[in-house]
Order: sequence, then C-alpha cells, then structure tokens
Amino acid sequence: MTEVMTLIGGRSSKQGTALCAGKLAPEYIELTSVVEMNVEDMARLGLSNNSKVRLRTPVGEAVLRCKGRETKDLPSGILFMVYGPMTTQLMAGDTAASGMPISKNIDVEVEPVPEAGTGT
Amino acid sequence: MSENLKFVPHATCTFCGCVCDDMDLTVDMDEKRITKAENACVLGKAWFREHGIEQRPYALIGGREATTAEGVEEAAQILARARFPLIYGLSDTTCEAQRVAVAIADMIGGTVDTTTSVCHGPSGIAFETVGESTASLGEIKNRADMVVFWGGNPAEAHPRLFSRYAVTPKGMYIPNGRKDRTVVLVDVRRTMSTPVADIFLRVKPRSDFEVLWALRALVKGRRVDPSIERRTGVSLAVLEDLVARMKSCRYGAFLFGMGLTMTRGRHFNSGALLALTTDLNEFTHWVAKPVRGHGNVTGADNVVSWQTGFPFGVNFSRGYPRFNPGEFTTVDLLARGETDAILILASDPAANFPKAAIEHLKRIPVISLDPKTTLTSQLARVAFTTATYGINVGGTVYRMDDVAITLRPAFESPYPSDEEILSAIRDRVRALLGGNRVPAVAPAVAAAS
Ligand code: SF4
Repeated sequence: MTEVMTLIGGRSSKQGTALCAGKLAPEYIELTSVVEMNVEDMARLGLSNNSKVRLRTPVGEAVLRCKGRETKDLPSGILFMVYGPMTTQLMAGDTAASGMPISKNIDVEVEPVPEAGTGT
Repeated sequence: MSENLKFVPHATCTFCGCVCDDMDLTVDMDEKRITKAENACVLGKAWFREHGIEQRPYALIGGREATTAEGVEEAAQILARARFPLIYGLSDTTCEAQRVAVAIADMIGGTVDTTTSVCHGPSGIAFETVGESTASLGEIKNRADMVVFWGGNPAEAHPRLFSRYAVTPKGMYIPNGRKDRTVVLVDVRRTMSTPVADIFLRVKPRSDFEVLWALRALVKGRRVDPSIERRTGVSLAVLEDLVARMKSCRYGAFLFGMGLTMTRGRHFNSGALLALTTDLNEFTHWVAKPVRGHGNVTGADNVVSWQTGFPFGVNFSRGYPRFNPGEFTTVDLLARGETDAILILASDPAANFPKAAIEHLKRIPVISLDPKTTLTSQLARVAFTTATYGINVGGTVYRMDDVAITLRPAFESPYPSDEEILSAIRDRVRALLGGNRVPAVAPAVAAAS
C-alpha cells in the first residue's frame, strides 16, 4: 500500500549537537535516517516505531525508520525529518530560477518496507 | 584535564546566526580543548566541546597526504585551468576570508555563491523587490512588545534568540520582559518552540502566502471571505484578532525562517511578509528580520554585497559582476552540469544538496577547506584542513542583524586559517594567469574607444 504525504525537512537540536561531532559519525547518520510520522497514519499503514518505510519522489527514494508523533504535534499526512544525506535523495535539482531547491513540503510516496521475518 | 588552564571571557560562539558574544570559556591549553563554555546553549556547548585539534593531514590531494603548499599549487592549477569555475560556501568563516574568496572569483572570471542561495536567498530577492524595515536584535529586545516568529523553530536552531533578544529578556521599554510581550508563532507543525507562544497559528503546508495576503487585506480594511479557513487552516476570526493586535502594539517584529523560503512560493512568501510589514507601518512601527543559520552567513551577504553590489549568485565571466539567481546559483550550476571546477569554503553541499547537484560534484575537481572531514571533503580532489574560526582564528563576523562582531579566539591551531590558504591560492592563480583572466575592459572595446 502506498500513500502520498507531505515531507518537511528541518533542523533539530540533536542534529545540531551531532553535527559538531561530525557528519560522518554514526549518531549523525542515525538521526538523519529517521522520519517522523503521524501515529494514526502509521497505524493505517501497519507501521510501528522503528519500522522501515520507503519514501519516493520523481527524482529518487530513501528507506528510513519511522517514529510516531501525536496528531496534535504532527497532523495526518505530514512527515518530518532532519536534513541530511537521505533528504538529498528526494530533492529535485530545479529551483524555478530562484537558486533554492524545494526542501520543505515535498510530495512523497510512502510505502512500508517488509522486513525479513515479520511477514508484513 | 591538565593544570594549564586559560580563561577566555567574552568569546564568541559562531555556531548559529545569533553569534552570542558573551561566552566565558575555560581552555585546557595542554590538551588544546575547551572544557567549559559558560552561557552557551546546548548547541554552543557542543560546538566548543567538539572543536579540539584533530590529527589530520594538512591537505589531501586525490586522497594522498600532502603539505598545505602542495595543496595550494594543485588548487591554483585547477582554478587557473577551469573555464567556468565556481566558489561556493563562505558562511562559516571570517569576513576576511570571504573577501579573498570573492577576489579569487573576480580574478578567474568565475562565479561566487554562498549558502544564502539555499537558505534566505529568496528573502534576498524579496528585499530587492519590496524593501526592508529593519532593526538590530538589541532594538527588538528593548522595544518590541509583539513578536511574530514565522516558519522557524528557534528553540532548536537558535536557542538563545528567545532568551537573549526576543521573548524573555527585559528591555528599556519592556520592563517586565516576557509579560510585556505578545508572542505569536506560525508553523505547519508543533515544535519545541510552540510552548513559548501566546498564539500559535498552524497553517496548512504551502499556504503561508495566502495567510500573509489575507492579513494584508485585513490590515487595509478589506473583506476576506471566511473560506480562507478551508484553504489555509486558519479561521477568519483568528486572523482578524491577530490583525487587531498587530495594529495596536507599540513596536512589532517579524522574525522569519526558512519555512517561508524553502517551500512553494519562495521569494513571494518572503515578499508577502515584507509587504505586510510595510502595510503595518501605516499604523505602528513594525520590522522584519530573517533568522539566519550559519555563524557568518550574514557576513557573506555583506562582503559579497560590498564587493560586487549583489548578495549571492554573482558571476564575473564578462569582467563585471552579474547577479542572476537560477543562472548563477550553485544548485542550478551543478544540477545543469555547467561548472567545471569548484572551490568549497567551509560548507558541505555533498550532505544537503539535491541528488543531481551532488552527482555533478563527483564528476568535477573539487577543492574543499574545512576543519572537519565531511562528505564534501571526501569527494574533493584537494581537501585542506583548516583552523576553526572563532575558536582558533580571529577576525570579524556579522550577527544575523548585520551587527559586526570581533572574534576572540581561544587557542592556536597548527592548521592554517581559511584566509591564509585562500590568499596563497589567490597569489598563485594570479601568477599563473598573469593577472585577471577577464580584463576590466575587453580589448575590442578598448581599441574602439
Ligand atoms: S544561540 Fe547560537 S550562537 Fe548563541 S550559544 Fe547557542 S549556538 Fe551559539
């Protein structure tokens, strides 16, 4: 089952502190490989915390771990993740003559990734 | 910890655009590391803690260890040979180094662009179109009784913006601090910044422009249809209440983030906010400031502006500066495969640019200057290790409100500064080219006059 949702890229303070230690360190790579998702959307897609999910745009795709957020914090249909090597996979190079690629509010296809042994 | 401690008062943190200059540092001079950073926020503490001296080669050429001088020679050869070279980054170094970077771009007839183009570049375009009602952060602290944060999450990205300037501090005309301010936050999701606000407007993604335009209409006394709520997620009653407050405050300040510039609408969104600021000045005083990310990205705007007349995305191919976002901005130049060599100063585009742009970085010679190993330095043909600005290197940086601040470095690094490496590259390129590649006046024009 796939659904189209809106991905927002952004910063977090954990990312900021991990960045100082180095972007190649495992902590930074881990932080930038997680996507936050509304808990009701996760339940509908059969996902739980730490499940693997594939995000796809016309230019590329990324497989991430998901983390649930309550509806009051993150509305249904919206995803959040911190910028990093994974978000670059999903961003288009076109800037509409502005210099700025669209980095927030990107339409992405969301698809659960079955993991070995889970049968999902 | 050794006994050999040094105390550095009033040092400056250059991690984010707040550029806090009240850091009291304790430095272990034997271990060359900062053991304590009083007054720093969680990000500042990490910044000081993690910037000790790492044992790294002075330079790597094609992955092989080299001296700084060998790196300079290789970098100069690359830049002198290139037909459409680009100098990019600049936001995490001193103004002194930025100045040399612009001089190199000028000399080689290349392009200079900064991380502004993927940050508040759209706001830069909007400033040129709409104009700017501006203020220093000190003025906001002392006067603003209404503050609107739009499309940003300062609690996580600029933690001391709230406590030092815009929410809690007492000011000359704000004697009770937080109690005297109305704080509004506009975003598409709740963040760690939301609890700070008296009023939180959750707008639907991609509808900031519509909300701003509706506010403009209401400020001017025009009718707005209640269906605005269906489109934007914000009811007409909430918008009307906000407008009444905005018109009746004594001094209002918008502090806006990349929630406006990185989404559909880009410079139109920033422009709408600046236009709303202008409209509000018919009734009371309002200012608008972009909240800037990197420690000296504001310096990059200032230096590139004072040297070329434009803030970013400047090309010198014709011997004079031309500004054209979309044509001379880095993501475009890379994604279209136009650039044939790039010098990346204190920035890591391989970690945050669109895939198509990163693919091109892998095809061309890259020169990188960075205190740390990054994804960009890993794919560089020449990778220099540099001293860290603000910690090892003195100089000037600009706070996000365009206030210049002098750095007080804590301890010396064995590695050279960006300015030293860039100056050596500039001198060598000049020798290789025999002066500017593009004459100030083209020979044909000179002959005709
Ligand atoms: S707010 Fe920014 S400049 Fe100030 S201490 Fe924190 S990271 Fe450093």
